[in-house]
Amino acid sequence: MIQSALSGDLPRSRVLSFLLAAIFLVLAFTPFLFSGSQPINTAAKICIFIVLVASYDLLLGYTGIVSFAHTMFFGIGGYGVGLALYGWGPTWTSAGLGLVIALVVGTVLAFVIGLLSLRVRAIFYAMITLAVASAFAILASQLSEYTGGEDGRSFRVPPLLRPGSVLFDIPAIGLRVDGRVLSYYLVFVSALLLLLAAFRIVNSPFGRVLQAIRENDFRAESLGYNVVYYRTVANCLAAGMAMLAGAMSAIWVRYTGPDTTLSFAIMLDILLMVVIGGMGTLYGAVIGATLFILAQNYLQKLMGVASEATSALPLIPHLLHPDRWLLWLGVLFILSVYFFPNGIVGKLREMVRGR
Amino acid sequence: MSRPVLETQGLTIRFGGHAAVDNVSCAFHAGSLTAIVGPNGAGKTTYFNLMSGQLPATSGSVQLDGEDVTRLSAAERAKRGIGRAFQITNLFPNLTVAENVRLAVQAKARAAASLWSRWDHHVEWIKRAEHFLEEVNLQDKRASAAAALPHGDKRKLEVALMMALEPHVYMFDEPTAGMSVDEVPVVLDLIKRLKAAGDKTILLVEHKMDVVRSLADRIVVLHNGQLVADGDPETVIASPIVQEAYLGSMPAAESKGAAVS
Ligand SMILES: Nc1ncnc2c1ncn2[C@@H]1O[C@H](COP(=O)(O)OP(=O)(O)O)[C@@H](O)[C@H]1O
Ligand SMILES: [Mg+2]
Repeated sequence: MIQSALSGDLPRSRVLSFLLAAIFLVLAFTPFLFSGSQPINTAAKICIFIVLVASYDLLLGYTGIVSFAHTMFFGIGGYGVGLALYGWGPTWTSAGLGLVIALVVGTVLAFVIGLLSLRVRAIFYAMITLAVASAFAILASQLSEYTGGEDGRSFRVPPLLRPGSVLFDIPAIGLRVDGRVLSYYLVFVSALLLLLAAFRIVNSPFGRVLQAIRENDFRAESLGYNVVYYRTVANCLAAGMAMLAGAMSAIWVRYTGPDTTLSFAIMLDILLMVVIGGMGTLYGAVIGATLFILAQNYLQKLMGVASEATSALPLIPHLLHPDRWLLWLGVLFILSVYFFPNGIVGKLREMVRGR
Repeated sequence: MSRPVLETQGLTIRFGGHAAVDNVSCAFHAGSLTAIVGPNGAGKTTYFNLMSGQLPATSGSVQLDGEDVTRLSAAERAKRGIGRAFQITNLFPNLTVAENVRLAVQAKARAAASLWSRWDHHVEWIKRAEHFLEEVNLQDKRASAAAALPHGDKRKLEVALMMALEPHVYMFDEPTAGMSVDEVPVVLDLIKRLKAAGDKTILLVEHKMDVVRSLADRIVVLHNGQLVADGDPETVIASPIVQEAYLGSMPAAESKGAAVS
């Protein structure tokens, strides 16, 4: 059954399978395993980024397209749902309508960018997407009347998803399911389904053509594959998935703004996650997103502990001071890219083959 | 004679001022194997590229089955039945040998747009791919990455990709170049079988004159981008222009089957 859910594309490494199972189980039960808001926020962010990074992998890892417009689509999804909830009131109808509008606008945009520019060389395409994404970010902050400008918009979600709505609460066994928990499972289940859909796509005949194009577009064309058509469809699919991730994010954080959805910093994060995890595997998206977000959220704490523990030693506590966390994050990334050029998933699979 | 399957009229391409293919008019018919010979740099590969669409012509036209395909992309021409095996091996390096061939089978099957069906459930394609792997004797390497193959096997896979397209025009560009002596017959037998089928249009660029003699119904000679001789093998090889311009002063070596270039 697992084999069929994953479209026959198994992890092919015992360590990887174990890691994936652990991530899956922890994410599936986060609301009941941990207390406080940070763990569940982190878990939701991991779910959202798994979808976002997987959709980027569809472009970069599977089709060989370098795009810097991925956060733009993430933003379109977020703004679509967010502004609809803000403007038309916190109902399911406005959320759904906002999402549909976002999907239509975003897909048309992805289609046009793809058709106009996917026939040019890869580097030009990267430049064009960079320009379009920057223009879009500027537009979003300029149209502050509608978008809330730099401040973004906070909005309310449908009543069922609010913390105040308690579905059931059994204090004796500590089981409490409120709107927050429900929101989390909305995010979790959506992420799971989207990831499985992505597995389905990359393991379809269509998905193999994308890989063929990545490997050798000239030969793919000579076999009769219309490369521009395939690239454009891949672009639209990846954009669609990124928009859904944006919608999930909006529902979860109940806020949409340029910094959380459109910023170039997020684009860089996505790139790092996909490279660290391992391009062209989808599993890499899961591993990369999970590790990166855990590091982002917990490295500082970990360093605080380490700094305390080594306070008797010279210099080391200073190096391990929580304020230096970004430095260490950078070092970790350089090391991981240096030692695992094919990402963590690539490395784990190599180890299996090596034996 | 029947209508040609593939025909070029005044076909020309210039790179800067240099005409790599210069006003070549030639027609190819079903059921015939035409060898295209000429020294290195004569424009043979470029002529192929113009016919199969990898390069756009500066002037002139290409007709396929009576249709003008001069402005069509390589993909469109492939769909209309032009198959191409490249001189410089052109594979999907990180995919397996079997996947390489299946991509060609799938291109022929035209069901490639299927987004939701599973690639490993198309049993029919798997069987077809296996058939073409066996034709070039690569069935034992089906699971290795194309990039990991030795040179001779890459050349065979290159040919298998074209075979799996099941085109009606086959364009072989030095298919046996760099192959070891014992590998060459696999490819030559394959070409012989294609020829025996009787309805294919086969174009072959080949340097080994003994191979050309044994396979070709006709020889076309290119020199400096121009068509300088065209006719049945014995006549062309004996013609003064070929002796002078192409075979030069090596009739002895040529009869031993040495590469002429
Ligand atoms: N893309 C290109 N740009 C510039 N010159 C080219 C290009 N392709 C081929 N040529 C030139 O065209 C001529 C014919 O080359 P080619 O067709 O490869 O010869 P052959 O296959 O007969 O050995 C050569 O002089 C080569 O340098
Ligand atoms: Mg050549």
